[in-house]
Amino acid sequence: MFRYILQRLFYMLITLFIIATVTFFMMKMLPGSPLSAEDKLSEEQKAIVLEKYGLNDPVPVQYLRYMGGLVKGDLGVSFAFDNTPVTKILMDRMGPSLQLGFQSLLIGSFIGIILGLIAAVFRNGAIDYTSTIIAVLGSSIPNFVFAGILQYVFAVRLEWFPVALWGGFEYSILPTIALMIFPMATAARFIRTEMVDVLNSNFILTARAKGISEVGVVFKHGLRNGLIPLITVIGPMAVSMMTGSMVIEQIFAIPGIGEQFVTSVTLNDYPTIMGTTLLFAFLFVVIILIIDLLYGLIDPRIRVSGGNS
Amino acid sequence: MSKLLEVKDLKVSFNTYNGEVQAVRGVNFDLNKGETLAIVGESGSGKSVTSTTLMGLLPKPQGIIKSGQILFEGEDLVKKSVKEMQKIRGNDIAMVFQDPMSSLNPTMKVGNQIMEGLIKHQNMNRADAKKKATELLELVGIPQPDVRMNQYPHQFSGGMRQRVVIAIALACNPKLLIADEPTTALDVTIQAQILELMKKIQKETNSALIFITHDLGVVANVADRVAVMYAGKVVEVGTVDDIFYNPKHPYTWGLLGSMPTLDSAEEELYAIPGSPPDMLNPPKGDAFAPRNKFALEIDTVMEPPMFKVSDTHYAATWLLHEDAPKIEPPESVKRRMQGFSKMEGEQ
Amino acid sequence: MATNDQNKIPKELLVPLVRKEDTSEKISGPSRTFMQDARRAFFKNKLAVISVFLVVIIILMSIFGPQMNEYGTDDQDLTRAKMPPHVPVLEKISWLGLDGTLSGKYRGNDVEAATANAIARYDNKEEFIDIKVVDEGDGSRNSAVVDATYHIYDAKDMSDQYFWLGTDTLGRDQWTRLWEGTRVSLIIAFVAAVIGLVVGVAYGGIAGFYGGKVDNVMMRIIEILVGIPNLVVVLLMMLVLQPGITSIVVALSITGWTGMARIVRGEVLKLKNQEFVLAARTLGQSNGKVIMKHLLPNISGIIIINTMFTIPDAIFFEAFLSFIGLGIVPPDASLGSLINAGFDNLRLYPYLLVYPAVLISLIMIAFNLIGDGLRDAFDPKMHK
Ligand SMILES: Nc1ncnc2c1ncn2[C@@H]1O[C@H](COP(=O)(O)OP(=O)(O)OP(=O)(O)O)[C@@H](O)[C@H]1O
Ligand SMILES: [Mg+2]
Repeated sequence: MFRYILQRLFYMLITLFIIATVTFFMMKMLPGSPLSAEDKLSEEQKAIVLEKYGLNDPVPVQYLRYMGGLVKGDLGVSFAFDNTPVTKILMDRMGPSLQLGFQSLLIGSFIGIILGLIAAVFRNGAIDYTSTIIAVLGSSIPNFVFAGILQYVFAVRLEWFPVALWGGFEYSILPTIALMIFPMATAARFIRTEMVDVLNSNFILTARAKGISEVGVVFKHGLRNGLIPLITVIGPMAVSMMTGSMVIEQIFAIPGIGEQFVTSVTLNDYPTIMGTTLLFAFLFVVIILIIDLLYGLIDPRIRVSGGNS
Repeated sequence: MSKLLEVKDLKVSFNTYNGEVQAVRGVNFDLNKGETLAIVGESGSGKSVTSTTLMGLLPKPQGIIKSGQILFEGEDLVKKSVKEMQKIRGNDIAMVFQDPMSSLNPTMKVGNQIMEGLIKHQNMNRADAKKKATELLELVGIPQPDVRMNQYPHQFSGGMRQRVVIAIALACNPKLLIADEPTTALDVTIQAQILELMKKIQKETNSALIFITHDLGVVANVADRVAVMYAGKVVEVGTVDDIFYNPKHPYTWGLLGSMPTLDSAEEELYAIPGSPPDMLNPPKGDAFAPRNKFALEIDTVMEPPMFKVSDTHYAATWLLHEDAPKIEPPESVKRRMQGFSKMEGEQ
Repeated sequence: MATNDQNKIPKELLVPLVRKEDTSEKISGPSRTFMQDARRAFFKNKLAVISVFLVVIIILMSIFGPQMNEYGTDDQDLTRAKMPPHVPVLEKISWLGLDGTLSGKYRGNDVEAATANAIARYDNKEEFIDIKVVDEGDGSRNSAVVDATYHIYDAKDMSDQYFWLGTDTLGRDQWTRLWEGTRVSLIIAFVAAVIGLVVGVAYGGIAGFYGGKVDNVMMRIIEILVGIPNLVVVLLMMLVLQPGITSIVVALSITGWTGMARIVRGEVLKLKNQEFVLAARTLGQSNGKVIMKHLLPNISGIIIINTMFTIPDAIFFEAFLSFIGLGIVPPDASLGSLINAGFDNLRLYPYLLVYPAVLISLIMIAFNLIGDGLRDAFDPKMHK
């Protein structure tokens, strides 16, 4: 197991290295420098600024410095926003994004699991059809459409919630709902299929043959086996949280990383864009690693055979 | 003598997308305390459906008991509520399933899976249940039972898993144990071991056993009586001697004839041609007629009733009617029958 | 046991059966091929069939829709900006919202102030504004509420003009742009799906078919690629490339084929060792023939299903990119860029968001349902 973790960590570092390298050279291909925002500077001043950021050095030197910076968590400085370090910008905006992401991921999967479970147990009943419809709509309709509906109906028209911006808890309700629909639908669909399979499997028959009550069969024997594979869709869910954060934060004007990203795109603030992209890549790779390790911890079949697989 | 189990005219159907599958079409048999009944028949003849119906485990909502009674110690299981059946299952009647690889919960420790039934039916606390479960593992021949208690099913071989399944079934000393092809999925050598184990345990606990199998060879070893099923019906029932030395139904002949024996190398196996009928629309008359070399005209219009051969022996074939032409089993089957009596004599 | 009812038994029938034909070998019912079975199962799935119709209609509209009125995609005219939907005949049915009026609730300290607010909002064309008092108010701040309906087509003296879905902030016809945008979105999705299909099937097929070292190397490469999140690759590509259809297609294709490749490889590996393929190879059929005749037909189901699911994904990604400003940029239209523009005007002109949002949702739902239908139809467990 320990060897397996090391091996996985090694692969993760390679992936991150590749992403960082590609990012760096792409950045070199892009137009723009810290100067583009301040064109009024004299030649002399420009030279000073270029020198200050090391942009006169040969590319390999810049590359090494950039990679060295990355290791220390330094993502460079923003072209816009008075040359603030990108890392600082991202840290400042981390809070709302994390809160939104976790809130919607947890609530969404929880409701989804319950929906899927009920649907599987009462297969082909009214609840099953309802939850199937919810699942199809939820995984098909883009989250920005949901966001639009929620914002217009509940904020603009009914005025139950703030239309936008970030304040107390009530500001997070509509964005959370908009963002949680995808994980909810995904979990509901996934758990239903998985539980239908599990409930039809032989060991469930063995459990019933022992005389265990239906509740015991479903929760003690079924649910655990149905839940374990759900870990595999946390990846896609996490990605949807990232794309979702850009869109939803933009729509509700929430000062998070996603909104920052969209603003940076409009400002051609490449260091910030790249920094955010790298952050997303890092989060994604780490999440995938955690998922794999978790899977090994939770599923006894993988736990023992460990790294061999 | 009081019967432990009496199954009367049991009919079970499945509602499927394509229509009603008549899996069991009027099954009758009974079982005494401590007795072993073997149910044999081809794939699809309704053996598993019969046994899952006995357990009250028909898949819902497709599976329906159309008619019939299952009298267990005089009480009709068909009329029992879900809760009442839960008290009986695993306690009075237990079952061993066909595929040991998939019949244990992969994410639960083996020990817990055995203890579950004990805690539920015998009101044991965990410590007692644990002790009893360890004893059970020992009883079914698993070495180092206290270590094995804490392992997961995938750490067991197929044969050992089947031993665990048997231990689960035996946990509460059931009065009736149903084993649905318990050895089909195992290697031949393991098969023999599991059979020995089941025989030994049955002798020790004196529970009745319904043993379902494809394999007539196993039957002679294990059973007191045999019921032969075809297309959802029992077509012949009798003691082991009745079935092996004096079979009356052409289908039984076929089963016996297709059984390889040591000295059968030189002769053709008597195989039954064709395949079993479609249970979506079973044929009129005798379901076996289309595959029966010895079929009579009447087989196409009327189903044969159970004819009595002796007090213990009944068979459903028109050949037993007093006016029917007298037909002898095919030569190869006859030789086979003689072979059995020879073997018996030698033992 | 059963009693023998001797009387009813027709004794003359107790004679050996004379068989007219060999019934024991007869196979009941005509046999169908797997594909026929799958097709039958698919067409039984009502939702999937309706979805196919819907998709066909939407495709046809995306081709012919823009030509159905006289307005062009980029006919800007600020004098007719932000006109609400106005449809002949349907304009008589007020609740449809197609009567060419703008309406909204306006507040003030008293009715007069609220009315003034509304009139100021609506170009000060008092004579074309209907005011309905909702709440008289008590003189406190914003306590009075009025419902204002502004007949903008009459006000602009354009009551004979019909912008079916209204106009956007630059006075461009929304109907024309909606279908133009749909066309762009669909083209992107289809092209990306086809490229993903071709590359994925080729890559996975080669890896699976040749196996061994080739397979090993190819799969290591995929593993590394899969470790890099699609989102990141697509974002980077979009930054480097000029925004536009081609860039989106390229960005989506670069990441889109890995899933297909893995699936195809797995299937080919499984099939390769099955008897009929081994038999064909033993009989000396060329690799090409084995692939075309035996492998492709057997994996076509899974390929089709997978492709069907990549289309809605691509449509979503296009919309997402355009929404965050990295995809299609005005004056070109796509569903994503229309939705983006719609959000900017959500408060006052919700119709700018409603139609593209509904359309993209319909497309996504339809493709997902078709994909689900195909998956069920190709699943042998579903139809015995
Ligand atoms: N859940 C079900 N739905 C529909 N039909 C079923 C179902 N279970 C069993 N059947 C049908 O009932 C018939 C009898 O099946 P059963 O499983 O009892 O056969 P069996 O004698 O146990 O065969 P085997 O030796 O292969 O185990 C078969 O025709 C089968 O197709
Ligand atoms: Mg069976």
